[in-house]
Amino acid sequence: MNPLETQATIDQRAAELVENFAFFDDWMGRYEYLIELGQSLPLIEDEYKSDAFKIKGCQSQVWVRAEAREGLVYYKGDSDAMITKGLVALLVHVLSGQPPEAVAAAPLDFLDDIGLKEHLSPTRKNGLAGMVKQMKRFALALSGVAQNGATTSN
Amino acid sequence: MAETLTATRAVFDVEKVRADFPALHQEVYGQPLVYLDNAASAQKPQAVIDRVRRYYEREHSNVHRGVHYLSQQATDAYEGARARIAKYINAPDARQVVYTRGTTDAINLVAATFGRANVRAGDEIVLSTMEHHSNIVPWQMLCEATGARLRIIPIDAHGDIAYGAFLSLLSERTKLVALCHVSNALGTVNPVADVIADAHARGTPVLLDGAQALPHMQVDVQALDVDFYCFSGHKMYGPTGIGCLYAKEEHLEAMPPYQGGGDMIETVSFKGTTFNTLPYKFEAGTPNIAGGVGLGATVDYLRALDMRAAAQHEAEVVNYATERLLDVGNIRLVGTAAEKAGVISFLVGDVHPYDAGTILDRLGIAVRTGHHCTQPLMQHLGLPGTVRASFAFYNTREDADRLVEGVRKVKKMFGA
Ligand SMILES: Cc1ncc(COP(=O)(O)O)c(C=O)c1O
Repeated sequence: MNPLETQATIDQRAAELVENFAFFDDWMGRYEYLIELGQSLPLIEDEYKSDAFKIKGCQSQVWVRAEAREGLVYYKGDSDAMITKGLVALLVHVLSGQPPEAVAAAPLDFLDDIGLKEHLSPTRKNGLAGMVKQMKRFALALSGVAQNGATTSN
Repeated sequence: MAETLTATRAVFDVEKVRADFPALHQEVYGQPLVYLDNAASAQKPQAVIDRVRRYYEREHSNVHRGVHYLSQQATDAYEGARARIAKYINAPDARQVVYTRGTTDAINLVAATFGRANVRAGDEIVLSTMEHHSNIVPWQMLCEATGARLRIIPIDAHGDIAYGAFLSLLSERTKLVALCHVSNALGTVNPVADVIADAHARGTPVLLDGAQALPHMQVDVQALDVDFYCFSGHKMYGPTGIGCLYAKEEHLEAMPPYQGGGDMIETVSFKGTTFNTLPYKFEAGTPNIAGGVGLGATVDYLRALDMRAAAQHEAEVVNYATERLLDVGNIRLVGTAAEKAGVISFLVGDVHPYDAGTILDRLGIAVRTGHHCTQPLMQHLGLPGTVRASFAFYNTREDADRLVEGVRKVKKMFGA
């Protein structure tokens, strides 16, 4: 796949989300939508709800796991807090099914535009920053594995 | 007591008091701020802010050193503050008030000095289940270094210490009882007078973590007969980075110094060093002068306020908030001790505290969510954490109403 095309896909999905969020003119609506998105998150299997897949420094528990299929990276996750689960879902929605290199390089500045700014500070507990970092790290690790033809990774 | 209550009921004008606290008068997310995170840190009255500012603008120099005018002025301000803080807690002598960075630093000081000097392998230190990490970890570190061990006082379902169990933990091996005066997570006011009397009856000294007590009550260390009393300026409406250790003189004299450095010495040569007198023996290096001066202004403010009247007002608001919160339904109070101060810890149905806190934040209501630095307590309760609304005397019934309204929204949003 042409890397430029894929980048457009991440951007497209991000733009879609921004549009969906813009539809709500108050924060309550945006949060309700975020919580709803959380319900559609592909759930990480219970056996992976371990420290290895836990995102550190969060007030609620958050787990994310990546696997590679045919050179693309797919994420699953979960959290015991619904807002956090929604945040994971946002990222998974945009990043899942992309080549690992594109995930690792994704700027993700759409997060600025969806009106959830308070979650972006790198010092916020349960912030998106930690999740993004972890997901990109997984993608980078998988980029090597994917080239070697493996299908899953821990 | 009851018959005198009405007679002694003092007037407390909360609006007038609120006007003293500039930080209360702002908006967050376009909503007037409701500040209910006082147990984490309280806001500062203008008088304290002004005092610190004046110190930096006009009076600053290093203390205890210079013969010049400014240095003398700074020393007078800093030591004058110590004397007023000592008077505020009724310490017999200002020499018994050691400036620290806060409660954590004060407890670490005692663990590193009194602890190292007195605690041996096989000895025991008695703590309670509801302690803040600050009153656990220093003792754990001491135990690791010495081979002593911790004995933990259990708590009952309300969040009161199990008194019989406490008594049975005391033995000739007990070298110290270290207990919070008021719990930051549950609001429990511990029966510290009884604890001290019973520990002393067995010859055991008592350290009280007073971080959450001084914001709500005036404390008399002599009436308590407490051995060590630790507190933080920032929780009692004063500056950050400053706090105190009060201790009985016999302990302070016997304790080895804490950190080494300037100010804590009398003479230094490469053969050896002799140490300064109390309290300087424990105060190495250039101290937080502005913090000390600001804490002095804080106790001046509190003294003028009439803490009894303030506490009465605050208790009324807390009781009102508790009742209104329970009216919402599906609310679980965490901590229903016989005597409480300042704190309502709760859960909204099954809603994760983080979710509840995030929504309340968007509504302009500052609460704390999580384990409140009391992980062993949360493990005991089997909870990931709670939502904690913590009050100060400047909070109002309107604040309580906003909180309750916010909790109703949380409940609706998360279907609890
Ligand atoms: C009961 C209790 N003890 C100790 C501390 C520690 O205080 P500081 O962080 O000011 O040293 C706190 C505050 O977080 C507290 O609530």
